[in-house]
Amino acid sequence: MERIRAIEARDFKEGRDDFSPGDTVRVHVRVVEGEKERIQIFQGVVIARRRGHTRATFTVRKVSAGVGVERIFPLHAPVVHKIEVVRRGRVRRAKLYYLRERRGRAARIPEARTNR
Amino acid sequence: MNETTQDKKVPVIEGLIGKKVGMTQLFSDEGHVVPVTVLEAGPCVVMQKKTVDSDGYEAIKMALVEGTLPKRVSKPVAGEFKRREIAPEKRIREFRFAQGEGEAVKVGSEFGVNVFKVDERVDVIGVSKGLGFQGVVKRYNFRGGPASHGSMFHRRPGSIGASAAPSRVFKGMRAPGRMGGKRITARNLRVVRIDESRRLLIVKGAVPGAMGSYVVIRKSHFGSVSAKNRSGA
Repeated sequence: MERIRAIEARDFKEGRDDFSPGDTVRVHVRVVEGEKERIQIFQGVVIARRRGHTRATFTVRKVSAGVGVERIFPLHAPVVHKIEVVRRGRVRRAKLYYLRERRGRAARIPEARTNR
Repeated sequence: MNETTQDKKVPVIEGLIGKKVGMTQLFSDEGHVVPVTVLEAGPCVVMQKKTVDSDGYEAIKMALVEGTLPKRVSKPVAGEFKRREIAPEKRIREFRFAQGEGEAVKVGSEFGVNVFKVDERVDVIGVSKGLGFQGVVKRYNFRGGPASHGSMFHRRPGSIGASAAPSRVFKGMRAPGRMGGKRITARNLRVVRIDESRRLLIVKGAVPGAMGSYVVIRKSHFGSVSAKNRSGA
């Protein structure tokens, strides 16, 4: 196991996990278009996180033009340039899949009161 | 082991004995996720050279150096090591050589992961996990029948022979039985990374066997990429 960790170490990026389900994040995604590379931003609510060292992923949900869009990002992927926390949300469970059935006001998440 | 002298001395070592460490995933330069298996390869010590003169073919016999307790090696095998003044080991394997290539290799010399190169193709041979007595659905991917709606045909193999003709079951008909625990070769896997200090070889894809099981890693006998690499090296 330690040897597998040692192999993964090169991909592991420190300080990438300062967010939780319920938080609103801006994910800066590297997009390669032909020769050029640019940064695309995907902003939404984190509805799930999966652990597992370099295999960890997180799911971000946003509603775009009335359509729910979810993207699953590998936490340590090089395409994920930066993760910005816009807002801390107060939620009572780890997976917020119930948001998929809700629209508008019902899908709101209260802001966390304490500063983490 | 000195890298420069080794490069000169050894043009081609066919393969090594090693152990499966486990699987993980890495990100490629393009940012894609690559599933990989981590293997511990070598060091292997040469215990015998076979030549056309002595045995009718060219090969070297190598043993995996892992500090086996001397009492764990059977006496006839230990004798072979004693004769050559090498510490006795248990895992022994022979690798073929193209004629003449083995000349620079000496009995007692050791080889490690650096016999392989990144992007080279290798075959990994191991014993698959023993799964016990399994039915035909798991063992041969038969489709089985419906689970419900009054069906009484769930995971059975179905008809195995016809009627009056041929009025027998053909040989080789796939049936339930022992699954796994067989020697399997994973062909043409790409070497993704090599960690010389930890003696680790990282290969794309899955490899037969459980974590900690022994495997043989050799330059691939399959695929065009490997053939190119071998002649180029």
